Amino acid sequence: MSNESIIEVKNLTKMFNKFTAVDDISFDVKKGEIFGLLGPNGAGKSTTLRMLSTLARPTKGTATIGGFDIAKDDNEVRKLIGIVSEKMIMYNRLTAKENLWFFGSLFNLPKDVMSKRIDELLELVQLTKWKNAQVGTFSTGMRQRMNVIRALLNRPQVLFLDEPTLGLDPQSSVEIRDFIKKLNRENGTTVMITTHMMVDADLLCDRIAIVDHGKIVALDTSANLKKTISGADTTIISLEISNLSPELINALRELDCVDAVTQENTLNLRIIVHGSEAFDSVIDKVRKMNGKISSMQNLQPSLEDVFLHITGHQVRDSADQKITQEHRRFGAPQQGRIR
Amino acid sequence: MIDMGANTLFSHSMRIAWKDLTELFRNRLGLVLLIVMPLFMMVMVGFIYPSNGGTGANLPVGIVNEDSGFNNSTIPSQTFIMGLQQMNNQTHYLAFSNVTTMADIRDMVQKGNLEGGIVIPSNFSQSILSGQQGTVIIITDNSNLQISAQINGYSQLYVETLNIALAQSNVQRISPNQTNTLAVVNPYNLQLQGVVSGTTNYFDFVAPGIMAMTVMMSVMTGLPVAISQEKEVGTMDGMMVAPINRLSIILGKTLGQTARGLLQGVIILVLAIGLFGVAIQGSILLVFALLLLGVFSFVGLGIVITSFTKDQETAQMLMMTLMFPMMFLSGVFFPIQTMPWYMQDIAKFMPLTYAADAMRKVMVLGAGVSAISTEIIILIAFGAIMTAIAVPVFRRMMTR
Repeated sequence: MSNESIIEVKNLTKMFNKFTAVDDISFDVKKGEIFGLLGPNGAGKSTTLRMLSTLARPTKGTATIGGFDIAKDDNEVRKLIGIVSEKMIMYNRLTAKENLWFFGSLFNLPKDVMSKRIDELLELVQLTKWKNAQVGTFSTGMRQRMNVIRALLNRPQVLFLDEPTLGLDPQSSVEIRDFIKKLNRENGTTVMITTHMMVDADLLCDRIAIVDHGKIVALDTSANLKKTISGADTTIISLEISNLSPELINALRELDCVDAVTQENTLNLRIIVHGSEAFDSVIDKVRKMNGKISSMQNLQPSLEDVFLHITGHQVRDSADQKITQEHRRFGAPQQGRIR
Repeated sequence: MIDMGANTLFSHSMRIAWKDLTELFRNRLGLVLLIVMPLFMMVMVGFIYPSNGGTGANLPVGIVNEDSGFNNSTIPSQTFIMGLQQMNNQTHYLAFSNVTTMADIRDMVQKGNLEGGIVIPSNFSQSILSGQQGTVIIITDNSNLQISAQINGYSQLYVETLNIALAQSNVQRISPNQTNTLAVVNPYNLQLQGVVSGTTNYFDFVAPGIMAMTVMMSVMTGLPVAISQEKEVGTMDGMMVAPINRLSIILGKTLGQTARGLLQGVIILVLAIGLFGVAIQGSILLVFALLLLGVFSFVGLGIVITSFTKDQETAQMLMMTLMFPMMFLSGVFFPIQTMPWYMQDIAKFMPLTYAADAMRKVMVLGAGVSAISTEIIILIAFGAIMTAIAVPVFRRMMTR
């Protein structure tokens, strides 16, 4: 990673009629960095990515990639980037090789170069054996690997990935994450990734921008973001209560020292608290409500806690169903959690 | 520089068209439907409009003889019925059965056992033998216009033939020296001659229209559906993120759809010639040139619709709404001349009207370019105007 910026975003804004999907955001991405946009569905991550990859026009503001303006020099930008969409960009009735050949030919690569590159990429993701099989017959994991190498045909300097692990089993997710890391390490490819999965952001990204309601609410490394919690007098406690009730949870939420309460399963609570008296207050409250504490633990903060701490709600709550719907109507890609 | 741009525009378009056609040819069911659809259409319209003349229709008709005779003689009515039966034994247009009363005929028509009836009233023999005209009543189900008209026509033909034969024998009796009795009875003779040599059938009329329609429709409907499908699936992004001219996407799609449409046109042509005995009088090259011109006139419309529809479902519904009036008002199945005036006016605004008309002139009448120059000019003008509207609309849609 160098100090040179490859992506510069200034006051980027996207409005769909009256709804502001991306609200005046500015940030830089360094060359060779893995940069993550973390946020719930409908937060504006995908719209930001679509604008940066020239698939949508900004309403206001600008951005440059490798010095080229995304609106004015869109074709120059396109030569520098690759995009892995949440949707699989491939034709089911074409074979793996035909798919790659088709998309590669749109970049005007000489035939011998393209042929060599296709073979290399197929080998890289262990799909050589299947190169003459129609991709309609592939498993989800194979399709996602195809989806990724398609974006690498033009040897992009910047790779955009929109929810690359969505709908994948844990094994395939690990493979994709490893592949992205390897690509970044060996080729120096700058990677920008959107995700609502904490693991992805935590394990992959050098820096994470937390996005909520179209704005960047925090931007730093994963470690520094977590420090904003542990550095302050904030503590995370895990409580197991054998007779947990909704009334008890509500009572805990009303305490002054409690920032947030999340129920992890039928018995477990994850509580973010602040202040030196916090432990006592929580235990007193549970006792007063006749709660039986069967286990108690002090936890390290996770990105989820950071998100909760900053925005006051969980990442897995979709920002707002209505917003997501509206989003789609104007051509943004389909989000995962639509009814 | 411009030349190079045009070159890559074309090569990208070809790539996209090739990709679309590869997908099409790998879709077995789709391919089968591509052949079956026009076949169905041809066979179906062939049944709805049987060719002229035709073989025995054997329409069931009841005969009621109410004749009470004259001086105990019912010879005239018996002769008449025998004459009818003899004639029908050769043509089999009708199938006669004896019925007792007129009321029975109504009853049986209602039940569906008969399509109509011929009634010889009680005073038939009396009228004839006293030198009057003998009246015969024909009863038909006038709620079923086509059948009713057929029975009327056949009955009239029979009665007229019997009249002439009788008249001829009367002439012979009065003036035995007359050699050509027919010339005395029917001094005027009518001979029908079509512009096209040989016999023609309804397929000659409908095949050129169906060809024009299928090819043009496949572009107009295929384009929006193909593009909105790629948008929905997400593959459109894959093309959009490549450094290509946006026009090559629409051009490539159009080329692919045109090839598909022409393929279907050829299938129809082969079916028309091979199965339905259609003969092509004019130049086959001109036929295909016209089909391409038809495609050009429709591309713009297809692109505009593409730009305004967000998903496949809407595109398909919009296409259906536009297709139906076009199919029935453009003179593909029915001649425009038989439509009410306001329908004729609407038909004048549809490019398919001119394409179908020009195709028919070339294929059936053997017309050359000069005979269809008006249609050609109108199609070019329509295509040019629609394309001029479509290109900026499409460009704006692509960069949303």
